[in-house]
This record gives sequence, structure tokens and C-alpha cells, in this order.
Amino acid sequence: MKKSSHMAVVGDRLAEATPGQMAKRLRGLSDRTIAWFFIAPTILLLLAVNVFPLLWTVYLSFTNYKANRSIPVLGVGTSHYSSILTDPDMWHSMQVTAHFVIWTIVLETLIGFTLAYLIDRKFRSHGLWTTIILIPMMLSPAVVGNFWRFLYQPQIGLFNYVISFFTGIDPSSFQMIGDVSLAPWSVVIVDVWMWTPYVMLICLAGLRSIPDYIYEAAEIDRASSWRQFWSITLPMALPFIMLAVLFRGIENFKMFDLINLLTSGGPGSTTEVASITLKREAFESWKTGYSSALAVILFVAVFGLANIYVKALNRVKQR
Amino acid sequence: MSGTAQSYSVVAPSAMSRRVAATLVILYALITMIPLVWIVLTSFKTPPDSISYPPKVVFSPSLEGYVNLFTTRTRQTPEFMATLPLATSWYDKLVRSRNMVIAGPSNVIQRFTNSIIIAFGSTFLAVFLGTLTAYAFSRFKVPLADDLLFFILSTRMMPPIAVAIPIYLMYRTVGLSDTHLGMILLYTAVNVSLAVWLLKGFIDEIPREYEEAAMIDGYTRLQAFVKVVLPQAATGIAATAIFCLIFAWNEYAFAVLLTSGEAQTMPPFIPFIIGEGGQDWPAVAAATTLFLVPILVFTVMLRKHLLRGITFGAVRK
Amino acid sequence: MRQLLNLAAALSVAGFVGAASVNDAKAAGQLTLCWAAWDPANALVELSKDFTKESGIEMKFEFVPWTSYADRFLNELNSKGKLCDLIIGDSQWIGGAAENGHYVKLNDFFAKEGISMDDFMPATVVGYSEWPKNTPNYWALPAMGDAVGWTYRKDWFARPEIQAAFKEKYNRDLAPPKTYDELKQIGEFFQGRDIDGKKVYGASIYTERGSEGITMGVTNVLYNYGFKYQNPDKPYDMEGFVNSADAVKGLEFYKDLYKCCTPPGASDSYMGEGLDAFKSGQVAIQMNFFAFWPGLYKDPNVGGDKIGFFVNPSAKEHYTQLGGQGMSVVSYSDKQEDALKYIKWFAKADVQKKWWALGGYSAAKSVLNDPSFATSAPFAKEFLVSMDMVQDFWAEPAYAELLQAMQKRVHDYVVADKGTAKEALDSLIKDWTATFKDEGKL
Repeated sequence: MKKSSHMAVVGDRLAEATPGQMAKRLRGLSDRTIAWFFIAPTILLLLAVNVFPLLWTVYLSFTNYKANRSIPVLGVGTSHYSSILTDPDMWHSMQVTAHFVIWTIVLETLIGFTLAYLIDRKFRSHGLWTTIILIPMMLSPAVVGNFWRFLYQPQIGLFNYVISFFTGIDPSSFQMIGDVSLAPWSVVIVDVWMWTPYVMLICLAGLRSIPDYIYEAAEIDRASSWRQFWSITLPMALPFIMLAVLFRGIENFKMFDLINLLTSGGPGSTTEVASITLKREAFESWKTGYSSALAVILFVAVFGLANIYVKALNRVKQR
Repeated sequence: MSGTAQSYSVVAPSAMSRRVAATLVILYALITMIPLVWIVLTSFKTPPDSISYPPKVVFSPSLEGYVNLFTTRTRQTPEFMATLPLATSWYDKLVRSRNMVIAGPSNVIQRFTNSIIIAFGSTFLAVFLGTLTAYAFSRFKVPLADDLLFFILSTRMMPPIAVAIPIYLMYRTVGLSDTHLGMILLYTAVNVSLAVWLLKGFIDEIPREYEEAAMIDGYTRLQAFVKVVLPQAATGIAATAIFCLIFAWNEYAFAVLLTSGEAQTMPPFIPFIIGEGGQDWPAVAAATTLFLVPILVFTVMLRKHLLRGITFGAVRK
Repeated sequence: MRQLLNLAAALSVAGFVGAASVNDAKAAGQLTLCWAAWDPANALVELSKDFTKESGIEMKFEFVPWTSYADRFLNELNSKGKLCDLIIGDSQWIGGAAENGHYVKLNDFFAKEGISMDDFMPATVVGYSEWPKNTPNYWALPAMGDAVGWTYRKDWFARPEIQAAFKEKYNRDLAPPKTYDELKQIGEFFQGRDIDGKKVYGASIYTERGSEGITMGVTNVLYNYGFKYQNPDKPYDMEGFVNSADAVKGLEFYKDLYKCCTPPGASDSYMGEGLDAFKSGQVAIQMNFFAFWPGLYKDPNVGGDKIGFFVNPSAKEHYTQLGGQGMSVVSYSDKQEDALKYIKWFAKADVQKKWWALGGYSAAKSVLNDPSFATSAPFAKEFLVSMDMVQDFWAEPAYAELLQAMQKRVHDYVVADKGTAKEALDSLIKDWTATFKDEGKL
């Protein structure tokens, strides 16, 4: 520590010799400067790439701008917003999105938490199997959507034959993607396949965070396993479960790649989630102004819901 | 420790409950692996085998999928084929046996390289910025800290397609369309919110006493940050890096809208590998398999940190 | 662990350096041609080697699969991208490309080089090159002639037991259908039949939702039932033409065909899926573009003697949906002179002849009217007949919006069982009217 003590001596001497503020500065950059330098780039980047485009989107939503033509840009007031909110097709799209988000969250949470609980029993080689279970989430959602489309093909794909193997139903008697009632479930199944490991991971962290001594105390009190689960495990893991639900909820609300490559929103519009509608309006019809309004509506919806949810989450955390 | 002997214990599960747990977990793992194993198998089938009706579980393996992935081929007339010099390499022979000739390499190497550059570049930048920002929020009294932190989190709530329109227009004007730099900046911006949030949790855990002791010893704040805090946060940084990398590696929506010939990554490329008219399923499967490998290796090597990464802020005390 | 981080850091720095450096300016003496990724594109690669030999200009190619072809390249053109010097754009892009200044107008060039549009089949000139239609304003050189046709399993049709069963049921000989009623009978006949131990199905038709699939399929039926896009005397007047009683019947027929005679899981089927279905032996007949026939004919499983071809069957009228593309010079390219050299070379008669020989469908009269053409391939005659009766979708600048509306309404009705055919066509008119109003055409 010779160097630092030497520096300290020098610094002290200088500090004695100079007025207060200068002394602080000579001891290296002040905390304030460092804080500024550390935070500013991030904030600037986010402003440039997130906030500025969002503001631009809001501006565009009040115009008739079309990105593929050079027509004069006119303001159209809130006509885009009113036509979106009164369009039954838009509401249908939101309904499809809600169905997707709710069912994927429910299934992923149930299965993910169960898996985490079982893995927490710490059987031999659980590390290996945990890693294997994690693999689906390392794939690209677009690639997954694409090859699941291949798997769902009743004649040349695997899915129907596997179902037939386990249940005896004729593989050509049903189709997942083309059937109006089964298509939404085909999408849910793929998302659950892919993201349950993610929820499992978060729940596992939650379970691991519960200190041993609480369980030991309960065992001493001869609490039944059921009781332990309901009064210790679940409440203490709840913040983590809610966190997982929040993350997956936000991601699935925005979901585009997986569904677009799996069903293109079909049959008809039975799996056309909000992002797909948005993409069609923005990049196929080039109705830039109109799609901007839709984007703003979607963002406000997620933001509002997330806000409420995070407040609830914080309350649970504090318990 | 143990008062009464219990058949069920959370802390020390009985052998029976462990066996049951193991069976269920292994069953789940095997079932979820079936689609992936099928894809890897498909990468070793010939194109006609890959679309056989009914699907073939037993088949004679071939490297045609991989060869098709890495080359572009043209179909030739038998007369023309007869005029060509004899095929020497195994892949030439394979392609010739299908009455086709290799015309040149495909774009896959370039796409793969683009993916590596863009994903690693943005991960590095996101983690770098995230660490700095998280440290600042953790250690300093930043005005409006809570609001800023929520703002940072909220940037993650935007559907990519929603921001895609203005970013597309913005990049088009600034000339960042279809460039590596443009994509790196974009992915960094998306990832930095998660990075800040995760890393703040980690850094919060590191007791301030260590830095303060170092500063008393004469280190400046910056030196304390680099020499004391960073090593302790290494685990958290690794975990954050994994999540950022997985996102950037696999991102599709922005990539497909904002890249074209120069900076296109693998996700927009893989689902559209075409064979003779239809999708070349063995080549698509080969690309999927190969594309998974780097992420798999990276995650396996850092898997201990991955779990730790989610445990932030809630360590067993 | 430290090494891994070091490696990652090194890669990232390398990435930055790579990213910060300017993307390679394209080498001088190099052209990039953009097209869809399919068999004819590979043939063009081969053909272009001659051009490189003659001119010394190297050719680079950017091929994108059909399903993302429009998305990708319209995006590229709208961003004034410099990726493509030459583009073989879809026939329906002509209106937008001409009016938005994406393509270079070729009239002067053609005049200077003595390239006459009379040397190309009139349907291809109108379809791939002219905007506004039927006016001498040329924006592309007809490059690839194409239309929708059908293939069938000749080997199945030739089996005596199948022929006998068919004759018994329908009182006529089993043969490629000439009318849509005949086609439906064939579809029903094969649907669920056991052939060689496997259950097979009738037909593969276009039903794709995402880009343009079901529209390209349904028009083949609609045109022949009497559907018209607009009043021939009053442009953009669609009531009674788009939703005439005949058009409604046609749309209902397409849905019946989908429900009765297609394999399970055929709800999102376009060119690739159709080929998969036919090549894997699932269907007896397949709707697809002529562009795929050379490749199919050479297929080891279903090619050669096993495959036959027939033109789109008729109903009240006889049309088929136009495919095909023209080759244009992108106006944002820095290499327009070289690009024009390529077009001049491609228009030559001997190049067109070799184009056909390699698997590309030349649109040149010199090739198509040659007496040896009809026998040069087993589908050449069908191609000639088809190109005489083609009709195309709207080529307006707003074509993408019009297409999207039709995709939605038709798929909703045919595949998703929403509403009736009349309601679908009525809503379509509403959608199209709104679009034309936006465009100022109504």
C-alpha cells in the first residue's frame, strides 16, 4: 500500500494548502461528476432510441403520413384513434392478444413453479436436467415459430403422430394450425414450450431464497407439509412468481416473431395478435399515421397495466 | 437440528420424494426435448426424407442439409454435367449426385458473423453502460432516482413494432439503416434497461464498507469502483451478460425490418432458407442447430452465474 | 471465466471496429441483382456467367424467399436503399415503383438500343412493364413469364384400377380436368383414397394468409366464374362486378374445394407447401406457378413419367392468374450504366433462348413462337396456352393495401368460416373503396 499512502500524504498536504472545494476535487473526480458521467450515456441512449421515437410516433399518430409516398403531411386530429377504438377488427385483435397472454402466463406459472419446486428437492443430477430444460428458451422465437409450423403439419410433421401415439387418435383427423378453435391453442403450446424454463428459473431463485431456518422451525413445530407449503413456501416465493408473471406478461403482450412465423395470424385472424396487426398496417399497407396511433394505444395499455402491477408487486415485497 | 423425524422435510427431502421429483422432472425434460431432437435429426436427412409422409424416424443420414446451407447450387442439364471435370470433394460429389452444381458459397457465414458482431457488441455495450449506471444509482444520491429507474424499466415495455416505424425512418435519414452500428445501438438500448435493473440489485448487495475502506486508504472513487466493486459484481455481470446475449442473439423483429443485405443476422435468415421451390428443411434444421451452439456453450459455461443472476436482492441470509 | 470475458471483450471491440468502419463500397465492375429465391433465380445465376464473360462485370445476387420478398424489397426501395442495382420486381409493384420513382423509365434506353416491346408477348409487356397499363410507358424488361397452372400424378391416373373406379363413379374417363366441376370431381375422388398403403388427398391449392397466397389462388376460380375488378367503362366502380352473383358462386366454390378435397393442415399453403404436399405424395393434383415445373419434372420421387400438367380449368370464362416479373433498374443505384448493359444483354434473342433452356421462362416472342418450343418441355404447350389467357391483380401504387384487404376477407371466409361469400366480397368492396378514396382515385 506504499503508493496509496504516499498519495494520501501528498493529497493531505495539498488539501492543507488549498481551499476546501479545490481540495475535494483534487482527490480525484468528485462523486457528482462520476455519477453524471456514469448515468448520462445510458439516459442519452435511451432518450435517443426509445423516447424520441416514441414522441415521434405520437406525433405521427395525428397525421396522415405514409412512409412509402411523398404526399403532403396533413394533421388529422384524433381520427385515427377514434377509428381504431371503434373498429371491431381491432378489438378482436386485442381479444386474441389477451387470450394468448392470459393462458400462457397461467400455464407457464403452474408448470414452471411445479418444476422449480421439484428441482428444489435437489435430487442427484438435478443440475444436468435443469440445464437441459433451459434449452428451449435459448432459441430464437422466430426460428421456433418456423419449425413448430413444420412440426404441426399433420402429414409430414411430428406433433400429430406423437399425440396419436399417446392417445390413439388418428393423426389425420385433426389439425392444430388450420383449425379455427385449435389455432389459438397451438400458439399457446409453443410459447409454453419455449418460456416455461424462464419462469421455472425465476421461481427456483425464489424458492432458494427462503432460508432454511424457517422450515426447520416449522418442522420443530410439527407443521404438516401442506401447511408448510401454504404458509411458508408460497408466500415467500410469491414476489418471485409475480416478477415472472410481470416479465412474461410484458413480453407476450408484445409478441410478434413466434406467432407471425407460426400462423401469420391465421386462420383468418384467429391468432392475429396486436403486434401482427400493427406490423401489417405499418409495413404492408404503409399506413404510417394510423399504425402509429395503434402503437401509442398499445404502449399506453402495457404501461398502464405494468404500472398497476408493479405497485401491487411492491406491496407484496414489503410484506 | 431435527426435532421429530418427519417423512416430509423441505430442508432434507426424503429419498422417496427425491425419486418422485426426479422422475417428473426428467420426464418433462425428455418430452420438451423431443421437438428439438427432431430438428437436429432433420438436419441430417435428405430433403425428400425430411418431408416424407408419414415422417421417418429411421432414415439414412446425409450431410446434404449442411452442404445446402453453406452453398448455392444450380440445377444443370445432364449434358452440361458431363462436360464438367470430375468432382473431387465429398460435398461436390453429394451435390452432383442430385444433378446440381455448386455455384458458390451461400450467405450464411456472413449472416453468422453479423450475428456474432451485433450480439456480442451490443451485449458488451449494454453491460458496460448498465454497470456504470447501476453503480451510480446504487451509491450516489441521484435526483429523481426512483422516477429515472422506472423510466428506464418502462422503455422495455414498448412493443418493438411500435418503435420500429420511427426508428426505421430515423435510421433511414441518418444512414444507419442496415448497418452493424445501427443494430448494436438499438439492441444496446433495449438491453440496457434490463442490465441496469439486474446490476443495481447486485451492486446493492455489495457492502459499501469495502469501497469506503479503499477510499480511506487513498483510492479515488473511480479506482475503488474498478478495483473493489467490479470483481465482486463479476457474477452479476456474467448473469446479466447471458440474458442480454440471449436476447440480442435471437432478436427478429428489428432485424427483419431494419437490416437487409449488409447487416442481416441469422434469425431473419434461417426461416427462409429455400431449397428447390419449397423450404429446404434439412438446411433450416442445420442452421437452427448450428445457431444454437454458441449460446448453448456460453450458457452452460456460465450456468452457475445464471441462477445467481435471478437471486439478486434475495440471498439466503 | 476470465478468459471467456476477455474473449468476449475482444470480440466486441472487433465488432465495434468492424461496425465503425464504413461498409465496403461495392467493388467497381460489380452489379447486384435482387430477385426471389427460387429455381429460376438459380438458373439466372448460371446464365449471368455469360454476361460476366462478355462484359467483365461481376454479378452479385440477393435472393429472398417469396414469403418475405415483397416485405423486404419494397422496404428496400422505400428506404432508397442502394443494395440492388437491378431488381426483378413482382408484376404488381409496377404502379407503385413507377409513381414513387423507384424504377428508371426505360423508353429512351429501349429506343436507343433498338429493343422493341413488340419482341415480347403482349401479355407480358402489359403485365410486367407498362404503367399506366396499356400506355407505352415502360419501366421494366419482361424477364420471367409465369402463370398459375396445375400438375397431376400421371402415374396414379394411369392405374387401371383407379381408372375403373373413376369411370364407375362419374361415368367418364379419368383425365386432366378441363372445367372446374371436373376438377372438383377428381379432388373428391382421390380424397381419402388409399394408394400404396397411404391415405392420399385430392388437391393442393393456395391458402396462404401472410403474403399473397390465397389471393393468387382464389382469383383463378373467380376470374373463370365471372369476377371482375371493376366496371370496364368506369374505373374503380366495383359494385356489381366484384360482388356479382357469379363472383359469389366462384368464391363459394373455392371454399367447397378447400373443405372437400385438400389434405388436413393445408390452411396456410402457398408455393413451398404445395410442392411439399405434391412431392411427398399427399395429393393427386397441385395448383402452382409454372416456374416450378422444370424442377418438379426432375424430382426423383414424382418427376419424369409420374408427373403431368394441365392449364387452369375453365368455368364460364377461361383465364388464369398472371405471375411473372420484369427486370428493372433501380433509380437509387450508382451503377445505372452497367445495369442497363445487363438489360441490353438479357434482351438478346440468343440469351433469351438459353434462358429458357436453363429453366427460366422467357417472355420473348422469338423463343415462344419458335415451332420447336411446344415440344421443348412437357409443359411448354400448357405455358403457351396459359400466357394467352392471363389476368392480373391490381397493379396500382396502393396494390399492397388492396392485396392485404383481399387476403383478409378471403381467408376469413374460406379458411376461418367467417360470414358468407357475399359478405366477404361486400366488405372487400368497402375496403377497396376506402383505399381508393385515400388515393384520390374516387
